[in-house]
Amino acid sequence: MVKNKENSEDLDFWATNSEEGGWNISSTDEGSQKMNDEESEQQIKIQTGSDVVDDYFIEEETSEDERMIVNMGPQHPSTHGVLRLQVELEGEAVRRVKPIIGYLHTGMEKTGEELTYLQGPTNTTRMDYLSPFFNELVFSLTTEKLLDIEVPARAETIRILMTELNRVSSHLVALATGGMDIGALSMMIFGFRERELVLNFFEKTTGLRMNHNYIRPGGVAADLPDNWQKDVKEILKIIPEKLKDYDEMLLDNPIWQGRLQNVGIITPEECLAYGITGPSLRASGQGWDLRKMQPYSGIEKFDFDVPVLQESDVFARWRIKVLEILESLKIVEQAMDNMPKGPYKIQDKKVTPPPRKRLDESMEALIHHFKIYTEGFKVPEGDAYVAVESPRGELGCYIVSDGSSKPFRMHVRGPSFCNYKPYRLLWPIVQ
Amino acid sequence: MNEVQHIEVNEYHDHIKSLLEEGYEMMMDLTAVDWFRKKEPRFEVVINLLSLSKNLRKTIKVQVPDENLTIPSITDIYPGANFYEREVFDMFGIVFENHPELTRILMPDDWIGHPLRKDYGSGRIPVQFKNAPSVD
Repeated sequence: MVKNKENSEDLDFWATNSEEGGWNISSTDEGSQKMNDEESEQQIKIQTGSDVVDDYFIEEETSEDERMIVNMGPQHPSTHGVLRLQVELEGEAVRRVKPIIGYLHTGMEKTGEELTYLQGPTNTTRMDYLSPFFNELVFSLTTEKLLDIEVPARAETIRILMTELNRVSSHLVALATGGMDIGALSMMIFGFRERELVLNFFEKTTGLRMNHNYIRPGGVAADLPDNWQKDVKEILKIIPEKLKDYDEMLLDNPIWQGRLQNVGIITPEECLAYGITGPSLRASGQGWDLRKMQPYSGIEKFDFDVPVLQESDVFARWRIKVLEILESLKIVEQAMDNMPKGPYKIQDKKVTPPPRKRLDESMEALIHHFKIYTEGFKVPEGDAYVAVESPRGELGCYIVSDGSSKPFRMHVRGPSFCNYKPYRLLWPIVQ
Repeated sequence: MNEVQHIEVNEYHDHIKSLLEEGYEMMMDLTAVDWFRKKEPRFEVVINLLSLSKNLRKTIKVQVPDENLTIPSITDIYPGANFYEREVFDMFGIVFENHPELTRILMPDDWIGHPLRKDYGSGRIPVQFKNAPSVD
């Protein structure tokens, strides 16, 4: 029986796909089209999406084979580098996490044993590309401790100026990439924009934007450029203004707060047990800062505060970095105003290479130049451990010398190596 | 500010435990030194402890016996020692007894040799890749 589709009377008959039925009796393939009258108010709310049921938080008896192991990384946008996390998932809940590191291992401790003490900062500066000055500083301080020499006051203040500016640039990247991971993409642009100011000053002073090799045993490689105060003043003027912009955008932002507050809590006891230092420790209520407690390079002469927060969550760790930038800028301002005059390298012919001009005039200078750049200076036997407060925490360097011009053993205690360990603690639903 | 102590290997675990009770809350660093052909025994483990309350550091040095290259693990006292002991095992081949998971941490699992030993040359071997044909 062929029906004419144009006939409006027969249209419903075709829709029901039945030879007998009327439109309100038979069901279609998609089920009954009639609304159910008995639906409760809550069911309608769930259907319209105003009530969200998180049923995966309900603890159910699950067997082992419902769990799934997923490798996050080594290449993943949110690892900022190369890190592999082996994650055991149950539905959407993370049950166990195992960090697997070593993808960026380049054997720098072994390389350090083959380079002289003067070449050492070239190697150590590459250990952390966001805070190269701290790596150079800690190596130089350890070498100077073994040599038992003191660098001139101007060199010390230049070191403080550069490292504190470096802390600002490093924290700005932390704010920027942290914002990017949450989805605040403007923060990423802002953070890198302000960091550029600092990097331009670094480039003017050292010739490079990163891996500077500027702080060396015995002082710094070169004096500050002409009119350096102008650039530092610009940094001191612009960055606090921009930090206010960040706060306007993020501090009272409900999405930012909701995603960061009460997330990833590390208690002070866990910090101590796992050796977590730096901003993470200070965000957990411990006012421990090596710049105050075990000062280095004359930083005890500067007036600054150590911000401490009690919340121990990701929000506190973000906030403390903003506050530390302001404190570092205070130190930078004082270093700029009270920059001592004088030499920027130690005046010890055995450690400091002579200036190029002297090589044409003096046989002695030529000999010293040759000895320092071929053999290097000899360092007395012994061992030393020096730690500085890097933007990520305690950065320590342990050097064993056997009396030759190369370290017998160089070990660097990197703060991030410790900070990766408690990944197990950072997930809220971890067993 | 930094006191150095030399400890025998059989007293090592108990001594570290007593130092934790004394107020050295943090283990900052654990590493080893290879005194190849310079000293006997060959390996020395160096531990750096920090007391926040007293603002003190303490360096502990332990000689690792040459026969078995074994030393007790202190992961049960300081959980932070876990990664450091794995690193020392990876780089020097020193075995830490009672360590929960003593595997290589920085080098690949199938790597041969311990790179930071003094008799392990640097830059003179081809790079090892998993399942790659060997290069002569």
